[in-house]
Amino acid sequence: MRNVGWIIGLAAGAFVALLLSAFGQDSLFRIHMGLVTAVLALGAVILMRLPQVARVPAGVIESNKQGYFDDPIRIGSVLIVFWGAVGMLVGVIIALQLAFPDLNFGPWLNFGRLRPLHTSGVIFAFGGTALITTSFYVVQRTSRARLLSDGLAWFVFWGYQLSLFMAASGYLLGITQGKEYAEPEWYTDLWLTIVWVAYLILFLGTIIKRKEPHIYVANWFYLAMIVTVALLHVVNNISMPVSFLGSKSYSLFSGVQDALTQWWYGHNAVGFFLTAGFLGMMYYFMPKQAERPVYSYRLSIIHFWALIFLYIWAGPHHLHYTALPDWAQTLGMVFSIMLWMPSWGGMINGLMTLRGAWDKMRTDPIIRMMVIAVAFYGMSTFEGPVMSIKSVNGLSHYTDWTIGHVHSGALGWVGMISFAAVYFMVPRLWGRRQLYSLRMVNWHFWLATIGIVIYAAVMWVSGITQGLMWREYDSQGFLVYSFAESVAALHPYYVARALGGALYLSGVIVMAVNIWLTIAGKVRSERPLVAPATVQPAE
Amino acid sequence: MDTAIYDSMRHFADSWGLVYMMAIFLAVVFFIVRPGAKANAKAAARIVLDDDHPIDRGSHR
Repeated sequence: MRNVGWIIGLAAGAFVALLLSAFGQDSLFRIHMGLVTAVLALGAVILMRLPQVARVPAGVIESNKQGYFDDPIRIGSVLIVFWGAVGMLVGVIIALQLAFPDLNFGPWLNFGRLRPLHTSGVIFAFGGTALITTSFYVVQRTSRARLLSDGLAWFVFWGYQLSLFMAASGYLLGITQGKEYAEPEWYTDLWLTIVWVAYLILFLGTIIKRKEPHIYVANWFYLAMIVTVALLHVVNNISMPVSFLGSKSYSLFSGVQDALTQWWYGHNAVGFFLTAGFLGMMYYFMPKQAERPVYSYRLSIIHFWALIFLYIWAGPHHLHYTALPDWAQTLGMVFSIMLWMPSWGGMINGLMTLRGAWDKMRTDPIIRMMVIAVAFYGMSTFEGPVMSIKSVNGLSHYTDWTIGHVHSGALGWVGMISFAAVYFMVPRLWGRRQLYSLRMVNWHFWLATIGIVIYAAVMWVSGITQGLMWREYDSQGFLVYSFAESVAALHPYYVARALGGALYLSGVIVMAVNIWLTIAGKVRSERPLVAPATVQPAE
Repeated sequence: MDTAIYDSMRHFADSWGLVYMMAIFLAVVFFIVRPGAKANAKAAARIVLDDDHPIDRGSHR
Protein backbone atom coordinates (compact mmCIF):
# COMPACT_ATOMS: atom_id res chain seq x y z
CA MET A 1 0.00 0.00 0.00
CA ARG A 2 1.27 3.42 -0.92
CA ASN A 3 1.44 6.43 1.38
CA VAL A 4 1.42 4.37 4.58
CA GLY A 5 3.43 7.00 6.42
CA TRP A 6 1.07 9.77 5.38
CA ILE A 7 -2.02 7.77 6.33
CA ILE A 8 -0.62 7.03 9.79
CA GLY A 9 0.42 10.67 10.19
CA LEU A 10 -2.99 12.00 9.20
CA ALA A 11 -4.82 9.51 11.42
CA ALA A 12 -2.56 10.42 14.34
CA GLY A 13 -3.16 14.11 13.64
CA ALA A 14 -6.89 13.50 13.57
CA PHE A 15 -6.65 11.69 16.91
CA VAL A 16 -4.69 14.55 18.52
CA ALA A 17 -7.20 17.08 17.16
CA LEU A 18 -10.00 14.93 18.58
CA LEU A 19 -8.36 14.96 22.01
CA LEU A 20 -7.89 18.75 21.80
CA SER A 21 -11.54 19.05 20.88
CA ALA A 22 -12.62 16.84 23.79
CA PHE A 23 -10.60 18.74 26.39
CA GLY A 24 -11.06 22.24 24.89
CA GLN A 25 -11.74 25.06 27.36
CA ASP A 26 -14.34 26.90 25.29
CA SER A 27 -16.96 25.78 22.83
CA LEU A 28 -15.38 27.61 19.88
CA PHE A 29 -12.09 25.76 20.37
CA ARG A 30 -13.95 22.45 20.66
CA ILE A 31 -15.90 23.07 17.43
CA HIS A 32 -12.80 24.29 15.60
CA MET A 33 -10.75 21.24 16.61
CA GLY A 34 -13.70 19.04 15.67
CA LEU A 35 -13.53 20.49 12.16
CA VAL A 36 -9.78 19.86 12.02
CA THR A 37 -10.38 16.27 13.13
CA ALA A 38 -12.90 15.82 10.33
CA VAL A 39 -10.55 17.24 7.67
CA LEU A 40 -7.54 15.19 8.76
CA ALA A 41 -9.63 12.01 8.97
CA LEU A 42 -11.08 12.73 5.54
CA GLY A 43 -7.54 13.16 4.22
CA ALA A 44 -6.55 9.77 5.64
CA VAL A 45 -9.60 8.08 4.10
CA ILE A 46 -8.97 9.67 0.69
CA LEU A 47 -5.35 8.50 0.75
CA MET A 48 -6.41 4.95 1.65
CA ARG A 49 -8.88 4.86 -1.21
CA LEU A 50 -6.53 6.29 -3.86
CA PRO A 51 -6.08 3.83 -6.72
CA GLN A 52 -3.17 1.55 -5.99
CA VAL A 53 -0.49 1.26 -8.62
CA ALA A 54 0.68 -2.17 -9.61
CA ARG A 55 4.08 -3.10 -8.22
CA VAL A 56 6.76 -1.65 -10.49
CA PRO A 57 10.42 -2.57 -10.68
CA ALA A 58 12.63 -0.33 -8.57
CA GLY A 59 14.44 1.01 -11.64
CA VAL A 60 11.23 2.49 -13.07
CA ILE A 61 10.52 4.34 -9.84
CA GLU A 62 14.04 5.70 -9.89
CA SER A 63 13.65 7.02 -13.43
CA ASN A 64 10.32 8.64 -12.46
CA LYS A 65 12.19 10.62 -9.86
CA GLN A 66 14.64 12.04 -12.40
CA GLY A 67 12.54 14.92 -13.73
CA TYR A 68 11.12 17.94 -11.98
CA PHE A 69 8.59 17.19 -9.24
CA ASP A 70 5.44 18.72 -10.68
CA ASP A 71 2.59 16.87 -8.92
CA PRO A 72 1.94 19.51 -6.23
CA ILE A 73 2.31 22.20 -8.90
CA ARG A 74 -0.52 20.62 -10.93
CA ILE A 75 -2.83 20.53 -7.91
CA GLY A 76 -1.67 24.02 -6.97
CA SER A 77 -2.52 25.45 -10.39
CA VAL A 78 -6.10 24.25 -10.01
CA LEU A 79 -6.31 25.48 -6.42
CA ILE A 80 -5.08 28.96 -7.40
CA VAL A 81 -8.10 29.32 -9.68
CA PHE A 82 -10.42 27.78 -7.08
CA TRP A 83 -9.26 30.04 -4.23
CA GLY A 84 -9.31 33.06 -6.53
CA ALA A 85 -12.95 32.39 -7.39
CA VAL A 86 -13.90 31.77 -3.73
CA GLY A 87 -12.03 34.78 -2.32
CA MET A 88 -13.35 37.13 -4.99
CA LEU A 89 -16.92 35.78 -4.68
CA VAL A 90 -16.82 36.59 -0.97
CA GLY A 91 -15.47 40.02 -1.97
CA VAL A 92 -18.48 40.66 -4.21
CA ILE A 93 -20.79 39.48 -1.41
CA ILE A 94 -19.32 41.86 1.16
CA ALA A 95 -19.34 44.70 -1.39
CA LEU A 96 -23.08 44.06 -1.77
CA GLN A 97 -23.46 43.89 2.02
CA LEU A 98 -21.98 47.39 2.26
CA ALA A 99 -24.38 48.64 -0.40
CA PHE A 100 -27.39 46.72 0.96
CA PRO A 101 -27.01 46.04 4.71
CA ASP A 102 -30.01 43.66 4.68
CA LEU A 103 -27.69 41.08 3.13
CA ASN A 104 -25.94 40.58 6.49
CA PHE A 105 -27.01 37.17 7.80
CA GLY A 106 -25.60 37.00 11.30
CA PRO A 107 -23.77 35.82 13.12
CA TRP A 108 -21.79 33.60 10.75
CA LEU A 109 -22.30 35.49 7.54
CA ASN A 110 -22.22 39.12 8.64
CA PHE A 111 -19.71 41.62 7.25
CA GLY A 112 -17.42 41.45 10.29
CA ARG A 113 -16.74 37.73 9.76
CA LEU A 114 -16.84 37.62 5.98
CA ARG A 115 -14.43 40.54 5.54
CA PRO A 116 -11.38 38.69 6.93
CA LEU A 117 -12.55 35.64 4.97
CA HIS A 118 -12.34 37.77 1.82
CA THR A 119 -9.00 39.44 2.60
CA SER A 120 -7.31 36.24 3.73
CA GLY A 121 -9.05 34.29 0.98
CA VAL A 122 -7.51 36.48 -1.69
CA ILE A 123 -4.16 37.29 -0.05
CA PHE A 124 -3.27 34.01 1.63
CA ALA A 125 -5.42 31.39 -0.11
CA PHE A 126 -5.22 32.70 -3.70
CA GLY A 127 -1.95 34.64 -3.41
CA GLY A 128 -0.24 32.21 -1.04
CA THR A 129 -1.12 29.16 -3.11
CA ALA A 130 0.10 31.02 -6.19
CA LEU A 131 3.39 31.83 -4.45
CA ILE A 132 4.03 28.29 -3.21
CA THR A 133 2.99 26.70 -6.51
CA THR A 134 4.99 29.00 -8.78
CA SER A 135 8.00 28.98 -6.46
CA PHE A 136 8.10 25.17 -6.76
CA TYR A 137 7.90 25.55 -10.54
CA VAL A 138 10.48 28.32 -10.84
CA VAL A 139 13.08 27.13 -8.33
CA GLN A 140 13.33 23.71 -9.97
CA ARG A 141 13.68 25.06 -13.47
CA THR A 142 16.09 27.89 -12.72
CA SER A 143 18.17 25.57 -10.51
CA ARG A 144 17.91 22.76 -13.07
CA ALA A 145 17.27 20.44 -10.12
CA ARG A 146 14.39 18.51 -8.58
CA LEU A 147 12.89 19.77 -5.31
CA LEU A 148 14.88 18.77 -2.23
CA SER A 149 12.34 16.18 -1.12
CA ASP A 150 9.01 15.00 -2.56
CA GLY A 151 7.63 14.28 0.91
CA LEU A 152 8.59 17.69 2.27
CA ALA A 153 7.01 19.35 -0.77
CA TRP A 154 3.72 17.54 -0.12
CA PHE A 155 3.91 18.48 3.56
CA VAL A 156 4.43 22.17 2.75
CA PHE A 157 1.71 22.15 0.11
CA TRP A 158 -1.05 20.42 2.08
CA GLY A 159 0.11 21.82 5.42
CA TYR A 160 -0.40 25.32 4.03
CA GLN A 161 -3.86 24.36 2.76
CA LEU A 162 -4.72 23.06 6.24
CA SER A 163 -3.68 26.38 7.78
CA LEU A 164 -5.94 28.13 5.26
CA PHE A 165 -8.82 25.88 6.27
CA MET A 166 -8.19 26.55 9.97
CA ALA A 167 -8.04 30.31 9.38
CA ALA A 168 -11.17 30.46 7.22
CA SER A 169 -13.33 28.24 9.43
CA GLY A 170 -12.12 30.17 12.48
CA TYR A 171 -13.24 33.49 11.00
CA LEU A 172 -16.76 32.23 10.41
CA LEU A 173 -16.90 30.82 13.95
CA GLY A 174 -15.79 34.22 15.27
CA ILE A 175 -12.27 33.19 16.34
CA THR A 176 -9.95 36.15 15.74
CA GLN A 177 -7.14 38.04 17.43
CA GLY A 178 -8.31 41.21 15.73
CA LYS A 179 -5.08 42.03 13.87
CA GLU A 180 -5.63 42.94 10.26
CA TYR A 181 -4.29 40.28 7.84
CA ALA A 182 -3.10 38.35 10.93
CA GLU A 183 -6.50 37.36 12.32
CA PRO A 184 -5.89 33.66 13.03
CA GLU A 185 -5.44 32.76 16.68
CA TRP A 186 -2.29 31.38 18.29
CA TYR A 187 -2.68 27.68 17.47
CA THR A 188 -3.28 28.33 13.76
CA ASP A 189 -0.25 30.65 13.84
CA LEU A 190 1.88 27.91 15.37
CA TRP A 191 0.84 25.43 12.69
CA LEU A 192 1.62 27.93 9.93
CA THR A 193 5.04 28.56 11.52
CA ILE A 194 5.88 24.85 11.29
CA VAL A 195 4.76 24.72 7.66
CA TRP A 196 6.65 27.87 6.80
CA VAL A 197 9.92 26.65 8.30
CA ALA A 198 9.51 23.45 6.27
CA TYR A 199 8.94 25.64 3.19
CA LEU A 200 12.18 27.52 3.91
CA ILE A 201 14.11 24.25 4.27
CA LEU A 202 12.59 22.89 1.05
CA PHE A 203 13.30 26.03 -0.98
CA LEU A 204 16.77 26.64 0.40
CA GLY A 205 17.67 22.95 0.07
CA THR A 206 16.63 22.98 -3.58
CA ILE A 207 18.79 26.04 -4.21
CA ILE A 208 21.73 24.41 -2.43
CA LYS A 209 21.54 21.28 -4.61
CA ARG A 210 21.15 23.34 -7.80
CA LYS A 211 23.04 22.39 -10.97
CA GLU A 212 22.98 25.90 -12.38
CA PRO A 213 25.89 27.79 -10.78
CA HIS A 214 24.09 31.15 -10.65
CA ILE A 215 21.02 31.70 -8.45
CA TYR A 216 18.53 33.34 -10.80
CA VAL A 217 17.02 36.61 -9.55
CA ALA A 218 13.48 35.20 -9.28
CA ASN A 219 14.72 32.85 -6.57
CA TRP A 220 16.17 35.76 -4.64
CA PHE A 221 12.75 37.39 -4.58
CA TYR A 222 11.02 34.16 -3.54
CA LEU A 223 13.60 33.51 -0.84
CA ALA A 224 13.28 37.06 0.51
CA MET A 225 9.53 36.49 0.64
CA ILE A 226 9.89 33.23 2.59
CA VAL A 227 12.48 34.55 5.07
CA THR A 228 10.77 37.87 5.72
CA VAL A 229 7.29 36.40 6.07
CA ALA A 230 8.66 33.94 8.63
CA LEU A 231 10.12 36.83 10.63
CA LEU A 232 7.01 39.01 10.35
CA HIS A 233 4.62 36.21 11.19
CA VAL A 234 6.51 35.09 14.29
CA VAL A 235 7.09 38.55 15.76
CA ASN A 236 3.62 39.93 15.11
CA ASN A 237 1.95 36.86 16.59
CA ILE A 238 3.89 36.67 19.87
CA SER A 239 1.02 36.27 22.28
CA MET A 240 -0.05 34.48 25.44
CA PRO A 241 -2.95 32.04 25.16
CA VAL A 242 -5.48 32.42 27.95
CA SER A 243 -5.56 28.63 28.12
CA PHE A 244 -3.47 26.10 26.25
CA LEU A 245 -6.67 24.42 25.13
CA GLY A 246 -8.59 27.57 24.35
CA SER A 247 -9.20 29.81 21.35
CA LYS A 248 -8.25 33.16 22.91
CA SER A 249 -4.85 34.79 23.35
CA TYR A 250 -3.49 38.24 24.12
CA SER A 251 -0.63 39.99 22.36
CA LEU A 252 2.67 40.47 24.14
CA PHE A 253 2.67 44.11 23.03
CA SER A 254 0.22 46.77 24.08
CA GLY A 255 -0.77 50.23 22.94
CA VAL A 256 1.39 51.94 20.34
CA GLN A 257 4.02 49.17 20.40
CA ASP A 258 1.30 46.73 19.37
CA ALA A 259 0.14 49.10 16.64
CA LEU A 260 3.63 49.58 15.27
CA THR A 261 4.40 45.84 15.35
CA GLN A 262 1.12 45.18 13.57
CA TRP A 263 1.83 47.69 10.77
CA TRP A 264 5.45 46.70 10.50
CA TYR A 265 3.93 43.29 9.83
CA GLY A 266 1.04 44.58 7.73
CA HIS A 267 3.04 46.71 5.35
CA ASN A 268 5.78 44.16 4.92
CA ALA A 269 3.15 41.56 4.20
CA VAL A 270 2.33 43.82 1.26
CA GLY A 271 6.01 44.37 0.48
CA PHE A 272 7.27 40.84 0.72
CA PHE A 273 4.26 38.55 0.38
CA LEU A 274 2.33 40.53 -2.24
CA THR A 275 5.28 42.23 -3.96
CA ALA A 276 8.61 40.38 -3.65
CA GLY A 277 7.13 36.94 -4.29
CA PHE A 278 5.09 38.11 -7.26
CA LEU A 279 8.13 39.95 -8.64
CA GLY A 280 9.77 36.53 -8.61
CA MET A 281 6.92 35.43 -10.89
CA MET A 282 7.40 38.46 -13.12
CA TYR A 283 11.13 37.86 -13.50
CA TYR A 284 10.56 34.24 -14.50
CA PHE A 285 7.30 34.05 -16.45
CA MET A 286 7.60 37.31 -18.35
CA PRO A 287 10.93 36.45 -20.04
CA LYS A 288 9.62 32.92 -20.64
CA GLN A 289 6.43 34.00 -22.31
CA ALA A 290 8.19 36.73 -24.31
CA GLU A 291 10.98 34.25 -25.17
CA ARG A 292 13.66 36.82 -24.48
CA PRO A 293 15.83 37.59 -21.45
CA VAL A 294 14.88 40.29 -18.98
CA TYR A 295 15.77 43.82 -20.15
CA SER A 296 18.56 44.39 -17.61
CA TYR A 297 19.63 41.66 -15.25
CA ARG A 298 21.73 44.09 -13.26
CA LEU A 299 18.77 46.42 -12.82
CA SER A 300 16.80 43.46 -11.48
CA ILE A 301 19.45 42.88 -8.80
CA ILE A 302 19.45 46.55 -7.83
CA HIS A 303 15.63 46.39 -7.81
CA PHE A 304 15.90 43.49 -5.38
CA TRP A 305 18.34 45.07 -2.93
CA ALA A 306 16.73 48.52 -2.97
CA LEU A 307 13.34 46.92 -2.30
CA ILE A 308 14.75 44.89 0.59
CA PHE A 309 16.55 47.85 2.15
CA LEU A 310 13.63 50.28 1.88
CA TYR A 311 10.41 48.31 2.33
CA ILE A 312 11.06 47.16 5.86
CA TRP A 313 10.91 50.79 7.14
CA ALA A 314 7.72 51.91 5.42
CA GLY A 315 5.18 50.46 7.89
CA PRO A 316 4.77 53.53 10.15
CA HIS A 317 2.94 55.38 7.36
CA HIS A 318 -0.12 53.40 8.49
CA LEU A 319 0.01 55.30 11.81
CA HIS A 320 0.16 58.97 10.78
CA TYR A 321 -1.30 61.35 13.37
CA THR A 322 -1.43 58.66 16.05
CA ALA A 323 0.42 58.19 19.34
CA LEU A 324 3.42 56.90 17.37
CA PRO A 325 6.41 59.30 17.79
CA ASP A 326 6.49 61.93 15.08
CA TRP A 327 9.97 60.99 13.89
CA ALA A 328 8.82 57.42 13.28
CA GLN A 329 5.85 58.63 11.22
CA THR A 330 8.17 60.81 9.15
CA LEU A 331 10.61 57.94 8.74
CA GLY A 332 7.82 55.73 7.39
CA MET A 333 6.76 58.46 4.98
CA VAL A 334 10.29 59.15 3.70
CA PHE A 335 11.07 55.50 3.09
CA SER A 336 7.73 55.04 1.33
CA ILE A 337 8.55 57.87 -1.03
CA MET A 338 12.03 56.45 -1.69
CA LEU A 339 10.38 53.13 -2.58
CA TRP A 340 9.12 54.80 -5.70
CA MET A 341 12.54 54.36 -7.30
CA PRO A 342 13.05 50.60 -7.05
CA SER A 343 9.39 49.99 -7.86
CA TRP A 344 9.56 51.97 -11.05
CA GLY A 345 12.96 50.53 -11.86
CA GLY A 346 11.36 47.10 -11.65
CA MET A 347 8.34 48.13 -13.67
CA ILE A 348 10.50 49.57 -16.44
CA ASN A 349 12.64 46.44 -16.37
CA GLY A 350 9.58 44.27 -16.79
CA LEU A 351 8.05 46.33 -19.57
CA MET A 352 11.31 46.77 -21.47
CA THR A 353 11.71 42.99 -21.56
CA LEU A 354 9.35 43.33 -24.52
CA ARG A 355 11.70 45.66 -26.38
CA GLY A 356 11.66 44.82 -30.03
CA ALA A 357 8.68 42.53 -29.49
CA TRP A 358 5.88 44.95 -28.69
CA ASP A 359 3.70 43.27 -31.30
CA LYS A 360 3.27 40.42 -28.78
CA MET A 361 0.99 42.84 -26.90
CA ARG A 362 -1.36 42.53 -29.84
CA THR A 363 -0.93 38.87 -30.65
CA ASP A 364 -0.52 37.24 -27.25
CA PRO A 365 -3.20 37.85 -24.58
CA ILE A 366 -0.97 36.27 -21.90
CA ILE A 367 1.72 38.88 -22.56
CA ARG A 368 -1.00 41.50 -22.48
CA MET A 369 -2.03 40.23 -19.05
CA MET A 370 1.56 40.43 -17.83
CA VAL A 371 1.94 43.95 -19.17
CA ILE A 372 -1.23 45.16 -17.45
CA ALA A 373 -0.03 43.47 -14.24
CA VAL A 374 3.30 45.30 -14.39
CA ALA A 375 1.51 48.53 -15.31
CA PHE A 376 -0.69 48.16 -12.22
CA TYR A 377 2.43 47.39 -10.18
CA GLY A 378 3.77 50.74 -11.36
CA MET A 379 0.51 52.58 -10.76
CA SER A 380 -0.15 51.27 -7.28
CA THR A 381 3.49 51.79 -6.23
CA PHE A 382 3.08 55.36 -7.46
CA GLU A 383 -0.19 55.86 -5.60
CA GLY A 384 1.12 54.31 -2.37
CA PRO A 385 3.97 56.79 -1.78
CA VAL A 386 1.59 59.66 -2.59
CA MET A 387 -0.84 58.36 0.04
CA SER A 388 1.96 57.97 2.58
CA ILE A 389 2.63 61.73 2.54
CA LYS A 390 1.18 63.00 5.80
CA SER A 391 -0.99 65.77 4.36
CA VAL A 392 -2.43 63.43 1.70
CA ASN A 393 -2.91 60.72 4.29
CA GLY A 394 -4.87 63.18 6.44
CA LEU A 395 -7.47 63.12 3.69
CA SER A 396 -7.16 59.55 2.47
CA HIS A 397 -6.73 57.54 5.67
CA TYR A 398 -9.72 55.50 6.87
CA THR A 399 -11.54 56.24 3.59
CA ASP A 400 -12.34 54.08 0.57
CA TRP A 401 -9.36 55.55 -1.26
CA THR A 402 -7.22 53.10 0.71
CA ILE A 403 -9.52 50.25 -0.33
CA GLY A 404 -9.21 51.32 -3.97
CA HIS A 405 -5.43 51.45 -3.67
CA VAL A 406 -5.22 47.98 -2.17
CA HIS A 407 -7.41 46.59 -4.94
CA SER A 408 -5.45 48.16 -7.76
CA GLY A 409 -2.45 46.35 -6.26
CA ALA A 410 -4.22 43.08 -5.44
CA LEU A 411 -6.48 42.76 -8.49
CA GLY A 412 -4.26 44.57 -10.97
CA TRP A 413 -0.80 43.40 -10.01
CA VAL A 414 -1.07 40.25 -7.88
CA GLY A 415 -4.15 38.86 -9.61
CA MET A 416 -3.10 39.48 -13.20
CA ILE A 417 0.48 38.20 -12.86
CA SER A 418 -0.83 35.05 -11.14
CA PHE A 419 -3.43 34.43 -13.86
CA ALA A 420 -0.72 34.86 -16.49
CA ALA A 421 1.52 32.39 -14.63
CA VAL A 422 -1.30 29.81 -14.48
CA TYR A 423 -2.05 30.25 -18.19
CA PHE A 424 1.66 29.71 -18.83
CA MET A 425 2.10 26.65 -16.61
CA VAL A 426 -1.05 24.61 -17.20
CA PRO A 427 -0.49 23.55 -20.85
CA ARG A 428 3.13 22.66 -20.03
CA LEU A 429 2.28 20.75 -16.85
CA TRP A 430 -0.32 18.61 -18.58
CA GLY A 431 1.61 18.30 -21.84
CA ARG A 432 -0.99 20.18 -23.90
CA ARG A 433 0.19 21.98 -26.99
CA GLN A 434 -1.99 25.02 -26.30
CA LEU A 435 -4.71 26.41 -24.07
CA TYR A 436 -8.33 25.46 -24.77
CA SER A 437 -8.99 28.98 -25.99
CA LEU A 438 -6.86 32.08 -26.44
CA ARG A 439 -9.98 34.12 -27.09
CA MET A 440 -11.23 33.27 -23.63
CA VAL A 441 -7.93 34.56 -22.20
CA ASN A 442 -8.66 37.73 -24.08
CA TRP A 443 -12.17 37.86 -22.57
CA HIS A 444 -10.71 37.28 -19.14
CA PHE A 445 -8.23 40.10 -19.74
CA TRP A 446 -10.91 42.62 -20.66
CA LEU A 447 -13.43 41.59 -17.99
CA ALA A 448 -10.72 41.87 -15.34
CA THR A 449 -9.25 45.13 -16.62
CA ILE A 450 -12.60 46.87 -16.95
CA GLY A 451 -13.56 45.51 -13.53
CA ILE A 452 -10.44 46.96 -11.87
CA VAL A 453 -10.77 50.30 -13.61
CA ILE A 454 -14.38 50.65 -12.44
CA TYR A 455 -13.42 49.53 -8.95
CA ALA A 456 -10.43 51.85 -8.53
CA ALA A 457 -12.06 54.91 -10.11
CA VAL A 458 -15.22 54.52 -8.02
CA MET A 459 -13.19 54.15 -4.84
CA TRP A 460 -11.23 57.32 -5.58
CA VAL A 461 -14.44 59.31 -5.91
CA SER A 462 -15.98 57.61 -2.92
CA GLY A 463 -12.88 57.97 -0.74
CA ILE A 464 -12.30 61.64 -1.49
CA THR A 465 -16.01 62.36 -0.98
CA GLN A 466 -15.83 60.59 2.36
CA GLY A 467 -12.62 62.36 3.42
CA LEU A 468 -13.93 65.80 2.46
CA MET A 469 -17.30 65.25 4.18
CA TRP A 470 -15.61 64.15 7.41
CA ARG A 471 -13.44 67.28 7.62
CA GLU A 472 -16.04 69.86 6.54
CA TYR A 473 -16.48 72.55 9.22
CA ASP A 474 -18.93 75.42 9.24
CA SER A 475 -18.11 78.99 10.31
CA GLN A 476 -18.96 78.12 13.93
CA GLY A 477 -16.43 75.26 13.96
CA PHE A 478 -19.05 72.52 13.95
CA LEU A 479 -18.82 69.45 11.70
CA VAL A 480 -21.20 69.93 8.80
CA TYR A 481 -22.02 66.25 8.19
CA SER A 482 -22.84 63.43 10.56
CA PHE A 483 -21.12 60.11 9.89
CA ALA A 484 -24.41 58.56 8.76
CA GLU A 485 -24.80 61.27 6.12
CA SER A 486 -21.40 60.39 4.65
CA VAL A 487 -22.44 56.72 4.55
CA ALA A 488 -25.66 57.59 2.71
CA ALA A 489 -23.72 59.68 0.17
CA LEU A 490 -21.57 56.67 -0.75
CA HIS A 491 -24.41 54.31 -1.69
CA PRO A 492 -24.15 54.71 -5.49
CA TYR A 493 -20.39 54.18 -5.37
CA TYR A 494 -20.82 51.03 -3.33
CA VAL A 495 -23.22 49.63 -5.92
CA ALA A 496 -20.77 50.49 -8.73
CA ARG A 497 -17.91 48.92 -6.77
CA ALA A 498 -19.86 45.66 -6.50
CA LEU A 499 -20.33 45.79 -10.28
CA GLY A 500 -16.58 46.23 -10.86
CA GLY A 501 -15.87 43.31 -8.54
CA ALA A 502 -18.48 41.15 -10.27
CA LEU A 503 -16.83 41.82 -13.64
CA TYR A 504 -13.46 40.80 -12.23
CA LEU A 505 -15.00 37.65 -10.72
CA SER A 506 -16.67 36.74 -14.02
CA GLY A 507 -13.23 36.91 -15.64
CA VAL A 508 -11.99 34.34 -13.14
CA ILE A 509 -14.95 32.08 -13.97
CA VAL A 510 -14.07 32.31 -17.68
CA MET A 511 -10.55 31.34 -16.70
CA ALA A 512 -11.75 28.39 -14.62
CA VAL A 513 -13.65 26.98 -17.63
CA ASN A 514 -10.68 27.56 -19.91
CA ILE A 515 -8.21 25.89 -17.54
CA TRP A 516 -10.57 22.98 -16.90
CA LEU A 517 -11.03 22.24 -20.60
CA THR A 518 -7.30 22.69 -21.24
CA ILE A 519 -6.57 20.03 -18.62
CA ALA A 520 -9.23 17.84 -20.24
CA GLY A 521 -7.20 18.14 -23.46
CA LYS A 522 -9.83 19.97 -25.51
CA VAL A 523 -9.09 22.72 -27.99
CA ARG A 524 -11.78 25.20 -28.94
CA SER A 525 -12.30 25.67 -32.66
CA GLU A 526 -12.20 29.40 -32.96
CA ARG A 527 -11.12 32.13 -35.28
CA PRO A 528 -7.44 32.91 -34.54
CA LEU A 529 -7.03 35.97 -32.35
CA VAL A 530 -4.90 37.71 -34.92
CA ALA A 531 -5.64 37.30 -38.60
CA PRO A 532 -2.62 35.81 -40.33
CA ALA A 533 -0.78 38.43 -42.34
CA THR A 534 -1.97 38.42 -45.92
CA VAL A 535 0.27 39.30 -48.78
CA GLN A 536 -0.97 42.39 -50.56
CA PRO A 537 -0.50 42.35 -54.32
CA ALA A 538 1.65 45.17 -55.57
CA GLU A 539 -0.21 48.08 -57.11
CA MET B 1 10.47 50.94 28.61
CA ASP B 2 13.19 53.04 30.17
CA THR B 3 13.41 56.28 28.18
CA ALA B 4 17.23 56.31 28.35
CA ILE B 5 17.38 52.99 26.49
CA TYR B 6 14.78 54.22 24.02
CA ASP B 7 16.74 57.43 23.41
CA SER B 8 20.10 55.77 22.94
CA MET B 9 18.68 53.09 20.59
CA ARG B 10 16.79 55.66 18.58
CA HIS B 11 19.90 57.82 18.19
CA PHE B 12 22.05 54.82 17.35
CA ALA B 13 19.54 53.84 14.67
CA ASP B 14 19.58 57.20 12.89
CA SER B 15 23.38 57.61 13.06
CA TRP B 16 25.61 54.53 12.97
CA GLY B 17 22.77 52.20 12.05
CA LEU B 18 21.94 54.35 9.05
CA VAL B 19 25.60 54.62 8.00
CA TYR B 20 25.99 50.84 8.29
CA MET B 21 22.94 50.15 6.12
CA MET B 22 23.92 52.76 3.53
CA ALA B 23 27.47 51.39 3.33
CA ILE B 24 26.24 47.84 2.70
CA PHE B 25 23.74 49.00 0.12
CA LEU B 26 26.30 51.10 -1.74
CA ALA B 27 28.77 48.22 -1.66
CA VAL B 28 26.11 45.95 -3.19
CA VAL B 29 25.30 48.47 -5.91
CA PHE B 30 28.98 49.03 -6.70
CA PHE B 31 29.49 45.27 -6.92
CA ILE B 32 26.61 44.96 -9.37
CA VAL B 33 27.70 47.80 -11.67
CA ARG B 34 31.43 47.10 -11.46
CA PRO B 35 33.18 46.72 -14.79
CA GLY B 36 33.18 43.08 -15.77
CA ALA B 37 29.83 42.23 -14.20
CA LYS B 38 28.02 42.81 -17.46
CA ALA B 39 29.03 39.55 -19.12
CA ASN B 40 27.99 37.51 -16.07
CA ALA B 41 24.66 39.34 -15.94
CA LYS B 42 23.98 38.68 -19.59
CA ALA B 43 24.66 34.99 -19.08
CA ALA B 44 22.49 34.86 -15.94
CA ALA B 45 19.58 36.51 -17.74
CA ARG B 46 19.51 33.60 -20.22
CA ILE B 47 19.07 30.95 -17.51
CA VAL B 48 15.29 30.98 -17.90
CA LEU B 49 15.35 30.38 -21.62
CA ASP B 50 16.65 26.82 -21.54
CA ASP B 51 15.36 24.94 -18.52
CA ASP B 52 13.10 22.15 -19.73
CA HIS B 53 15.02 19.35 -18.05
CA PRO B 54 17.11 19.03 -14.92
CA ILE B 55 20.80 18.49 -15.48
CA ASP B 56 21.84 14.89 -14.79
CA ARG B 57 24.24 14.29 -11.99
CA GLY B 58 26.78 12.81 -14.39
CA SER B 59 27.02 15.66 -16.86
CA HIS B 60 27.93 18.55 -14.63
CA ARG B 61 29.29 21.35 -16.71
